[in-house]
Amino acid sequence: MKKPITLLLVILLVKTGFAQIDPDLLRSPDRDSTRIKLNMDAVYDRPFLQAAKLPVALGGYAEANYQYLGTDGITEGHQFQMRRLTLFVSSSIAKRIKFLSELEFEDGTKEINIEFASVDFEFNPLLNLRGGIVMNPIGAFNQNHDGPKWEFVDRPISATQMLPATWSNVGFGVFGKKYLKNWVYAYEAYLTNGFDETIISNSENRTFLPASKANRDRFEESFNGAPLLTGKVALRNTKIGELGLSYMGGIYNKFQDDGLILDDKRRLNVFAIDFNTVLPKINTFINAEWAWVNVDIPETYTEQFGTKQQGGFIDLVQPIIKKPLFGFERAVLNAAIRLEYVDWNKGIFSSTGGNISDHIYSVVPALSFRPTPQTVIRLNYRYNWQTDLLGNPAAKLAGFQFGVSTYF
Amino acid sequence: MQNKFIVLSLIACLIIAGTSCEKTIPGAPEDDQILDGPIEGLTPEQNRIFLNGDVAFNGDVFSAANGLGPMFVANSCGSCHAGDGKGHPFTTLTRFGQSDTLGNKFLMQGGPQLQNRAIPGYQPEKIPAGATFSNFTPPANTGLGFFEAISDATIMAMADVNDANGDGISGRPNWITIPQYSELRPGTIVRNGKYIGRFGKKAAVYDLLQQTANAYNQDMGITSTYEHFSTYKNQDIEPEISNQKVLDVVFYLKTLKAPVQRDQNNPDVISGKQVFLNISCGKCHTPQLQTEPSSIAALSNKTFAPYTDFLLHDLGPALDDKYTEGTALTPEWRTPALWGLGLSKNSQGGEYHLLHDGRAKSIEQAVLMHGGEAEQSKNKFQQLPSSEKTKLLKFLESL
Repeated sequence: MKKPITLLLVILLVKTGFAQIDPDLLRSPDRDSTRIKLNMDAVYDRPFLQAAKLPVALGGYAEANYQYLGTDGITEGHQFQMRRLTLFVSSSIAKRIKFLSELEFEDGTKEINIEFASVDFEFNPLLNLRGGIVMNPIGAFNQNHDGPKWEFVDRPISATQMLPATWSNVGFGVFGKKYLKNWVYAYEAYLTNGFDETIISNSENRTFLPASKANRDRFEESFNGAPLLTGKVALRNTKIGELGLSYMGGIYNKFQDDGLILDDKRRLNVFAIDFNTVLPKINTFINAEWAWVNVDIPETYTEQFGTKQQGGFIDLVQPIIKKPLFGFERAVLNAAIRLEYVDWNKGIFSSTGGNISDHIYSVVPALSFRPTPQTVIRLNYRYNWQTDLLGNPAAKLAGFQFGVSTYF
Repeated sequence: MQNKFIVLSLIACLIIAGTSCEKTIPGAPEDDQILDGPIEGLTPEQNRIFLNGDVAFNGDVFSAANGLGPMFVANSCGSCHAGDGKGHPFTTLTRFGQSDTLGNKFLMQGGPQLQNRAIPGYQPEKIPAGATFSNFTPPANTGLGFFEAISDATIMAMADVNDANGDGISGRPNWITIPQYSELRPGTIVRNGKYIGRFGKKAAVYDLLQQTANAYNQDMGITSTYEHFSTYKNQDIEPEISNQKVLDVVFYLKTLKAPVQRDQNNPDVISGKQVFLNISCGKCHTPQLQTEPSSIAALSNKTFAPYTDFLLHDLGPALDDKYTEGTALTPEWRTPALWGLGLSKNSQGGEYHLLHDGRAKSIEQAVLMHGGEAEQSKNKFQQLPSSEKTKLLKFLESL
């Protein structure tokens, strides 16, 4: 009885072996993920693994970290976190039709999101049509957010706690680029589903655009039937750097239902500016983003929810050693620092005329080691000063973070 | 050689980071610099309940989705009591409708509390024509368990309704009707079916359960089995918060520590306290009281220094808003506790907003706004040499 089973297992194993793809056929182009092109190219500027002539390519990245942080003497202790596991699938359907998707598992399987899943039709370099789940091009980080590209364990506070990165929606739009000598000009414009009333009605107790990310229905229906417009223009000079100006706006509240008027139409508007460059000779990489948020909130609601917000970050990354190290041919050791600021409520109290605070300053010095351009090991020290709405003495948070992130 | 140096440097960095974790995080503020935190001596079980209450009090934020409003004053407990300290005028609430001891005539028109905010799509409440009103700045929460643990007899012993001793000060309790759900304390004194109130600006609240259930209901528009009347619909609706949560918050409030006085050994502070007593401030702001045996052992038989007598005093026409509660007269206010006074700025956005409606912007202003039964003390304060005055203010700031 044992003999037929053993034989069957051997046959199965042999067949499985033959069925496996010859690893030599897998092509993994060695991309330098630290050299950012235009931010809008980020979705394609990723390493993919392609099997022979198959039209489908696979990729992804993972991020894990350890941290020990404390606020005013109180700490949550030692924390190990699997922040993200992201899978990419891309396909060249025809010569000028591409499909790309990004599926993300955050904090293990606590959150599973389709962050990007769109088909691009190239009619002309200046006119491409994109449809599906798109990443709204507000600022630079929202589109260019892959962990291995950054020297910092945490994503920028302004990008994730004021702007809603990663912010994706179903919709359609156009984009294009024009190259002129050392210059590249680009634009993007999309109409998508948008935000909802949770941005001013949430457990964060402040105007909080990311609250709308919890609304899974936005991939199936618009909350209020009003589209969200997101547009961006960017230009890049190969010697100077890239500058982006972007806007996102639309009505966020349910102003009518079943034909009945429920409220006034209330808009939100977001403006952002982003810039990145590499200083010549010393090769310091500078990456910055600043955004302004403006939300129409009923005067009879609480001042806890601000009508104006602003914030941003600047990263300075200085390569210290750039040479073969430990057998890694293109290893780089960087020293970096991130400076951040967010004011969630720019305004004054009607009762006293005093300033409404609710803001945070943050400094994050960092060391990062890149054995290859696609992989980073990083050690950060974070220090935040966060002031509550009333402007009482700031709560101080600080501690070390250590993490790895790599494309695969 | 360079590789070894880099490896050693990185290992050193990791070792430093790993072995000095505690030193890399910001230190805790000194105990006498903050108002929040539990009383000493809670059991592990009590610590758990305290933490549950802490989360409910400081972490729960209400929105339209979980019952806020539709009309409200604030959307969380922490919005009014940052760091468990005194509140900011931003969350000052307004009460209206009662101008004598006969009760509130505007209960059917939204009284006694104004819900001055509303969720989008709704309109907030307005004060009805003809109703008098008063603004109340949120008080500090610290040490409330000590207040609950004193006896009615202790309060009565400080009363001098007819000013029998002729000192011009005639404190009396506010005799109030209490809700059915309030559990009577041992030794409760009843007079004509009314009980002694001890919480609130007018001492119109009997205990912390009434205070908490009312705050959920009147401040946030959240109904419970204790206070099940919707402030918007003016009728019974389903509870929007569990009894457990209300009781956790009550326990949290009961077990918040008493403020710790700073600079107690400073000679100016010691002299300042003597000046405080000399000009009779201590006749209402009673320096020391004693708790009775309590179901929470950490509160039993404790001597504490709240600087209040829990009694109503007439503070004169300038502080008479023509609004009242219970059997208090409109110029009468319950003596506010002075402990934690010096830390008020840290919860009020860096400025003082003192007296019942935050009108006094400094301790000195607050003293000078006293009248009525406190007129004599105020006059004595004004006549103090500036060095004495400074010492007195230093003492008050140390509380």
